[in-house]
Amino acid sequence: MIVNGIAIDDTFAEGFPMKATRLIITAQTLEWAYHSARAMTGFATSVIGCGCEAGIERELSPQDTPDGRPGVSVLIFAMGVKSLTKQVEVRAGQCVLTAPTSALFAGLHEGTPLPLGQYLRYYGDGFQISKKIGGRRFWRIPVMDGEFLIEEMGYIVDAVGGGNLLVLAKSQPQALAACEAAVKAMRRLPNVILPFPGGVVRSGSKVGSKYKGQNASTNDAFCPTLKGVTKTQLSPEIGSVMEIVIDGLSREDVEQAMRVGIETICTYGAKSGVRRISAGNYGGKLGPFHFHLHQIMSLC
Amino acid sequence: MLILTLKTEPSQRVDLSPLSAAPGLTSEEIAALKLWSGKKTYRVDELFGVEEIGAPHASPLRMVIRNSCAKLDFIGKGASEVEIRVEGDAGAYLGMGLRSGRIHVTGNADAFVACEMRGGLIQIDGQAGDFLAAALPGDKRGMRGGTVLVKGDAGDRVGDQMRGGIVLVEGDVGNYCAARMIAGTIAVMGRTGRFLGYGLRRGTVLLWQETEILPTFGDCGIHTLSYLPLWFAALRTLDSRFASPDAAFARVRRYGGDLATVGRGEILIRTLSSCL
Repeated sequence: MIVNGIAIDDTFAEGFPMKATRLIITAQTLEWAYHSARAMTGFATSVIGCGCEAGIERELSPQDTPDGRPGVSVLIFAMGVKSLTKQVEVRAGQCVLTAPTSALFAGLHEGTPLPLGQYLRYYGDGFQISKKIGGRRFWRIPVMDGEFLIEEMGYIVDAVGGGNLLVLAKSQPQALAACEAAVKAMRRLPNVILPFPGGVVRSGSKVGSKYKGQNASTNDAFCPTLKGVTKTQLSPEIGSVMEIVIDGLSREDVEQAMRVGIETICTYGAKSGVRRISAGNYGGKLGPFHFHLHQIMSLC
Repeated sequence: MLILTLKTEPSQRVDLSPLSAAPGLTSEEIAALKLWSGKKTYRVDELFGVEEIGAPHASPLRMVIRNSCAKLDFIGKGASEVEIRVEGDAGAYLGMGLRSGRIHVTGNADAFVACEMRGGLIQIDGQAGDFLAAALPGDKRGMRGGTVLVKGDAGDRVGDQMRGGIVLVEGDVGNYCAARMIAGTIAVMGRTGRFLGYGLRRGTVLLWQETEILPTFGDCGIHTLSYLPLWFAALRTLDSRFASPDAAFARVRRYGGDLATVGRGEILIRTLSSCL
């Protein structure tokens, strides 16, 4: 399949089941909500090394937040309920509780219960106050700037991780420019995050390594500087490859994001320097969600 | 909908708690229920005209008590899944132990409204007597959940040993409001009597008017509390002045106490001072 001079490989991205939650962070100003959200979703690019994958989903106006203040919604993904619970507990305590004027609310209201303030309330050392409002319990924890308000429980739902696109271009600046445009369009969508820095990964991995104990290593088949010395997937004109990884609350959300990403890149056509769009998979052995690029584009 | 019309005002008080079993009964069975009044019992249809309109066994059961008077006690006691409208006054123990549903009284209600209530909504358009949302004498826990709205005034000992839920009073309250309160929120737009929060352990008393504070409460200063907008927003569906956005505020003077006991409660008084 060729769109606007850009070849779209007949391959698929391989997604796998994850667990996810949405949290809403509010603050006196949007800037301070962002400070907290950025801290909470920091160092959360990959479950392999960070324990979770997290990102800012979207900005919320005061009309859309529980306490009528500006806010930000974040999505956090992990491989299981236990690991997600641990990550949320640590990040809520270190990144939201600590941020001036912040408050933390559940962004999902059904699923597997996830403690938010249920344990963090003990930080109040007995001075914490519980309030049940509209059937939901909140905790008011006295802190040095006033009170930290946190909802007692959030909820965890089934989600999908590992959606991805590989952008193959003639040069590094061209690959980056195409990815930046795609990321900008994809970040407008609800229910998905692009967890890597700026939404783009330059170090796609393959499973295994020649070194004992190393579970993942560089994807040499897509490394342009190794074209002549390894079993490469790159044609001679490809000078740089970058990847966009997508986590979503459902298969449809990931598909939609991939579609928007591909469409955006193809809009600029071959003159942008992008030659191919591909996807990473592990032969279908890693996960049950196969996002076939041709199928996704045929739904346009 | 079941309509019970009181034929004449009874000479003695009547215990209407058997009517709480009405959901699931036919109108004939309801008419045959026995009600205690003094040392006598009466069939429901001896005291009330019984009329059923619409489909029987609708859930929640809608019941209207017409021509009601202050001698009808225990209306809605321990009930669940009911909607009761009392046209006129209600006696004592209105909604005692109510689990879910709604009770609306167009007149006044006597003592012990919502005592030991667990859930649902009680609205009184007139005045409420003493011991609103309190515990029964000898019991240790008052109202545990749900919402009570009084559009008029309430008597003494509002929320005595209250354990949870929300009490909203648009008018004034008497002495010993929130005495020995364990948890929950009492909001009063009018004036409060003496000994407010005597023995308050936990819970919140939210006031619109300045009042005399016991010396066993500590002044914690003026603060903007971020939970208050959330709390007021949850009241927007009520037929009340509390539902008006104009009634909402977040800036309060906070008094903590009662330090003569657990001391984890608070009295929050609306203040118009700026946070700058």
